[in-house]
Amino acid sequence: MRQNWWKILSVILILYSIIGGLLFKVPELAILNETIRNLFFHVPMWFAMIAMYTVSVFYSIKYLKNGDEKSDLIAVEAVNTGIIFCGLGLLSGMLWAQYTWGYFWPNDPKLNGSAITTLMYLAYIVLRNSFEDSQKRAKLSAVYNVFAFPIMIVLLFILPRMTDSLHPGNGGNKGFAVYDLDNVMRAVFYPTVIAWILVSTWIMTLRFRIRVLENSKNSY
Amino acid sequence: MNLYTSVKFLLKKEIMLEWRSKYAFNGILLYVVSTIFVCFLSFKKIDPIAWNVLFWIIMLFASVNAIAKSFLQENTQRQLYYYTLVSAESIILSKIIYNCGLMLVLASVAFVFYNLVFANPVNDILLYVVCVLLGAISFATVFTLISGLASKANGSATLMAILGFPVIIPVLMVLIKLSKNAMDGLDRSVSYDEIGVLLAINAIVLTGSFLLFPYLWRD
Repeated sequence: MRQNWWKILSVILILYSIIGGLLFKVPELAILNETIRNLFFHVPMWFAMIAMYTVSVFYSIKYLKNGDEKSDLIAVEAVNTGIIFCGLGLLSGMLWAQYTWGYFWPNDPKLNGSAITTLMYLAYIVLRNSFEDSQKRAKLSAVYNVFAFPIMIVLLFILPRMTDSLHPGNGGNKGFAVYDLDNVMRAVFYPTVIAWILVSTWIMTLRFRIRVLENSKNSY
Repeated sequence: MNLYTSVKFLLKKEIMLEWRSKYAFNGILLYVVSTIFVCFLSFKKIDPIAWNVLFWIIMLFASVNAIAKSFLQENTQRQLYYYTLVSAESIILSKIIYNCGLMLVLASVAFVFYNLVFANPVNDILLYVVCVLLGAISFATVFTLISGLASKANGSATLMAILGFPVIIPVLMVLIKLSKNAMDGLDRSVSYDEIGVLLAINAIVLTGSFLLFPYLWRD
């Protein structure tokens, strides 16, 4: 992960997504109009968040298996980064919702689900702070992290599909891909998703390395 | 000792402990009854949607209080003694089964009393009862592991609530939808989805608790 090529790639892809996302031709649709370009900025945030939480739960399981402190640090930094991306996703989504659905916070199961997910991961952070002993903290928060992950999947992917939702692909709505994601948009959208996942990984590794340095400084 | 016999013995022990003191169970029973009565005195009359939601909110807080103490009753020395005798899986399994039983009794009493006090607008009473029982079991399975976690962190009630509420919200939302279906007397085939999701969440939580509790317990 110390190699540079993927970091350079992520920067290039993000530059491409900003230029392409703002300049390329997009389908003209009623209500959505030009706000459809927000697809390139709003949706990748959630991809990055899910990626971070998945990394986190992976390393939490790893910690429970081997008890290596580094796995725990990666798990907590992945959650921290994921929360940032969740915040960005909520903000960009709220702006989009204001222009298309008329409210900053419509009563939508997907919105509420992501808000509850955030509460869950904030609770994870609070749980961590409630322990003095670092090993106990690592183990018990790993347990909660693994426990919370399937609930997040239920909240974000199963419940919205069961009820009425404004989001595409939920509650009987067609997915974006079916009717208005043309090939030009695909050419921007998929690289953007990859770019933001790479950037979130980059942020996470940086924060992880800072943590490791701090810990080694404190132990002397 | 194999899993079955140890779970049986632990369950017997839990019930015996409860029976001897009776303090915790009677306390929580009185808690529910007085909460319902407070709600009745404050609301007097209530519309059907709020009636339904209020019942589940009362059940939520009652179950948090009932289950929070499930790992706090016994001191660490005694838990260490159990550790030498039985496996962690049998401990969590017996706690979950015991809490399910406790919640079933609690929910039935609460439901009967709630119906006595407030006027009862339920159309499909059988489905509503099924929903109450399913809800009791779901609360018990979800909160048992959470209470184990909270008890390790010196068992603060705040921690129990902030850890438990986000996890219980999906269950609560499905329960409210299902019980609303029962109130409106919709055809039962409409509610199969919700019952399926509830059972699925329970299965996930049960396997999660079963796999994770050994790590939680050993320290």
